[in-house]
Amino acid sequence: MKAAVVIFPGSNCDRDTLVALERITGRAPVPVWHTETDLPPADLVVLPGGFTYGDYLRAGAMAARAPVMAAVQQRAHDGAFVLGICNGFQMLTETGLLPGALMRNAGLKFICKDVYLSVARTDTPFARAYPAGRPIRLPIAHHDGNYFADDATLERLEGEGRIAFRYVSKDGAADADANPNGSRGNIAGIYSDNLRVLGMMPHPERLIEPALGGSDGRPLFEGLMEALS
Amino acid sequence: MTKTSSSATAPAQPQTGAAAPEPPITAAMVKEHGLTEDEYARVLRALNRPPTLTELGIYSVMWSEHCSYKSSRVWLKRLPTAGPHVICGPGENAGIVDIGNGLAAVFKMESHNHPSFIEPYQGAATGVGGIMRDVFTMGARPVANLNALRFGAPEHDKTRHLVDGVVAGIGGYGNCFGVPTVGGEVEFDPAYNGNILVNAMCVGIAPADKIFYAAASGVGNPVVYVGSKTGRDGIHGATMASAEFDDDSHEKRPTVQVGDPFTEKLLLEACLELMAEDAIVAIQDMGAAGLTSSSVEMAGKGGVGIELTLDAVPCREDAMTAYEMLLSESQERMLMVLKPGKEEVARRIFEKWQLDIAVIGTITDTGRMVVRHHGVTVADLPLDSLNDDAPLYERPYEIPSPAAPLDIAKAPAPANAAQTLVAMIASPAVCSRRWIWEQYDHTIMGDTLQRPGGDAGVVRVHGTNTALAVTVDVTPRYCKADPQAGGKQAVAETWRNLSATGARPLAVTDCMNFGNPERPDIMGQFAGCILGMKEACEALDYPVVSGNVSLYNETNGQGILPTPAIGGVGLIEDARLYARMDGMKAGDDLILVGDEHGHLGQSLYLRDVLGVDLETEGGAPPPVDLAAERRNGDFVRGLIATGRLSAVHDVSDGGLYVAVAELCLASRIGAHMSLPEGLPAHAALFGEDQSRYVIALPTALTRQALRAAAKAGVSARHLGHVGGVDLIAEGCDPISVEMLRTAHEGWFPRYMDATH
Amino acid sequence: MKARVHITLKTGVLDPQGKAIEKTLANLGFGGINTVRQGKIIELDLAETDPAKAQAQVTSMCEQLLANTVIENYSVELDAAQ
Repeated sequence: MKAAVVIFPGSNCDRDTLVALERITGRAPVPVWHTETDLPPADLVVLPGGFTYGDYLRAGAMAARAPVMAAVQQRAHDGAFVLGICNGFQMLTETGLLPGALMRNAGLKFICKDVYLSVARTDTPFARAYPAGRPIRLPIAHHDGNYFADDATLERLEGEGRIAFRYVSKDGAADADANPNGSRGNIAGIYSDNLRVLGMMPHPERLIEPALGGSDGRPLFEGLMEALS
Repeated sequence: MTKTSSSATAPAQPQTGAAAPEPPITAAMVKEHGLTEDEYARVLRALNRPPTLTELGIYSVMWSEHCSYKSSRVWLKRLPTAGPHVICGPGENAGIVDIGNGLAAVFKMESHNHPSFIEPYQGAATGVGGIMRDVFTMGARPVANLNALRFGAPEHDKTRHLVDGVVAGIGGYGNCFGVPTVGGEVEFDPAYNGNILVNAMCVGIAPADKIFYAAASGVGNPVVYVGSKTGRDGIHGATMASAEFDDDSHEKRPTVQVGDPFTEKLLLEACLELMAEDAIVAIQDMGAAGLTSSSVEMAGKGGVGIELTLDAVPCREDAMTAYEMLLSESQERMLMVLKPGKEEVARRIFEKWQLDIAVIGTITDTGRMVVRHHGVTVADLPLDSLNDDAPLYERPYEIPSPAAPLDIAKAPAPANAAQTLVAMIASPAVCSRRWIWEQYDHTIMGDTLQRPGGDAGVVRVHGTNTALAVTVDVTPRYCKADPQAGGKQAVAETWRNLSATGARPLAVTDCMNFGNPERPDIMGQFAGCILGMKEACEALDYPVVSGNVSLYNETNGQGILPTPAIGGVGLIEDARLYARMDGMKAGDDLILVGDEHGHLGQSLYLRDVLGVDLETEGGAPPPVDLAAERRNGDFVRGLIATGRLSAVHDVSDGGLYVAVAELCLASRIGAHMSLPEGLPAHAALFGEDQSRYVIALPTALTRQALRAAAKAGVSARHLGHVGGVDLIAEGCDPISVEMLRTAHEGWFPRYMDATH
Repeated sequence: MKARVHITLKTGVLDPQGKAIEKTLANLGFGGINTVRQGKIIELDLAETDPAKAQAQVTSMCEQLLANTVIENYSVELDAAQ
């Protein structure tokens, strides 16, 4: 699987993402600077986590207007897979590639911890390698992960099966206690209508080996590799 | 100075208009600049004429306590700073030790106490920013941050606000910059009511053969400014320097610097990129005293001279005077000396990262610092006077005689030891700090092996099979009772924390926080702590490679507790073989390594449970037997290297009962623990005897381990076993681990979320 | 010409910062506060001197960057002086 990782001023999870992708796919992904207007050939384009432009004005707002984003949007329209992690998810909502917005966490504080997520459906390329029916565990680390969309949008997302992950308790309950940031519907990640653009707040690239505390980040990429082969 | 019209907000544009002549120096000005009559006399002797106002400003910051260490140098020199793996000791931006694989760990700790009390968020944030710059200016990418925070009593009306702001500021800066914050300590004590302590530590990694130093060289080489524009941040007492007193002069002179972690991240990447080219001769970050200290130090260390043209300095405020530009403490700026002809490659890189870059001077061979502005020479000073002639004080000191040993009658047994344990676990001194560290990103960079909450943070050295263990620690109440014992204990405790993870302790960075050094009792605390630290560093082969001193931490004559915060870094040779606290399994045995004497002097039990006034009746702090400390740590490290232990935890505040409780909490399982013969139960449970570790291991290994201990001359005994859902100490009521958890996790969130 | 942009959250969008401010004001003894909403002000110093052109320019900036029209409203005020 060929991957490209876009790097903006203030991206700080780019190395983690490059390392994880190389380790899992066996192939070094291509880093792309934000001023490029072209993307290299890639099956997967990743917008990594970070604090691009310091999260000033709004998280992801200025990165979403970078020259490279036109090419990213074109790729998405052409059917490529696009993954936005954390700040990347924020960029995807700012460009409109995904609906809704990520706002300040309800508790108003930055939060770094592991959370349980339900994988809402396991029949998409991104999620196919996850076991159905049991929650997975991934780390979150964000200040602005509170997903908001109006009622109509939420209904549409639900109806079209575009919720990718929800924050749940260890036993799988999507209740208030399990919701770290106030996201509507405990939503932690969503898909575009063709299921090929995925935005998620948790960091799969940070949990890919037992030494780091777990490997539930791997299947996201492994499933995609399978789907592409 | 008259206001000049200029386009000072545009980068590197020459300012128009002539500078007005500076006022002549008066005795009042000298005093306002913090120089004594004696110090001023030295200046006159060095120059053979009175200084200009700008020159007075330069001397005042270079000879300030902060920059010159005038009260502390005579004592700091006594610390051991060399060792086989030390690449660079104190005196540079950070200390450097070899960690194998062609790599070096670059680290330092610094204080930002006074600014954090005034503006907790920005004070703490800029403290973090400053220490990270000290590390990456040497060519190292920061990989782990820690901090030591001390606040006043929880009931003190400012404490909650300060905790909130400081934690948010540390997280706000570190998280945005992108370095995991993996460890630290937090303490509450009324002694810090008027003076909180914010000590920030940063550890970075660089190729051992590509370290960048500050010593400038090469006559004619360009002096280049990079980073943020210069404003009027942090110029204290400069208000009287300028005739521009008008209605918005107050607004124009912020004394609190606002940090910009986004710009610092860009600065990091740009500097590392330029460092990879063969372009940099010398580089230093602009920290305290900004452009002045960096240029004076860089030229001084190189034995050269430096010429600056301030017209070229990128400014974000209008009509900045020479004085202001030289003394500004605007953040996120670096000063570099480049090889000739390398200005273009630097410009390309810094423009890519959207940072200001300007050639503002040249290196000369005159040994002088010459500064020009608007065509006028505003300063022409001999560098050896600035750097080497700074006053060195041998302040009078009285090391207090150590407190008398505790009168055991003052330390009766509790009515119910188990209930006492729960109360201690729930207390501000012992409870979980999760409320704090969940606000710090501790998993970014994908190499954090041990997250906050353990004995030390552990981060893998990227691209290798090794890891670094990092910790910060000190017990100020011990230092108050007996500075020498306390200094020794602080070093020993960090050495122990590192050994408890299986790391070989390499070196120390210190952050010495004390009151007013002009008081002999405070100077005595400083001297005593240094002597104790020296003893421990020598005995443990654990040199000091960097450090910082913060004095005058007092309000209305009330000083803080002597607080020599010690930051330790150790190396784990095989990243798969380190020890944690959360691996105890049902059926494991527990072993206690180390001697038990039931030492209750200066303990938390005395202070928090019995409410004893430690100063008058607290007794002596627990002594450290450095030879035993070494034997015990080496032994534990050896056991950890077998890869067969379940868990390890060192014993500290609160004593053995607390240590075992913490293991049960981390491992989510109960345990039985026995008490030694010949000691009152409460002394064995809550005594804070030093050099001890609790180890959990499969029963099949216990006998072997105890035999090996005996052979190594290490005291060790079978302590108990792991299992069930309760912690049961001999002769005490069982306590469910779940109840312990509620107690442990409850205090902080309740305290911080309380409305008042 | 100076322009001042007020950016506020759309009604119906939850504002946890506004809520926190509301609670703290109440704790400080300020009564009679029904709601608090937190917004932003962005001040621009433009070279443009024609008010109509400036208005159009700033509106465009709001649409394209300064406001996230999914969740925010904006209004533009021009300062004729200068």
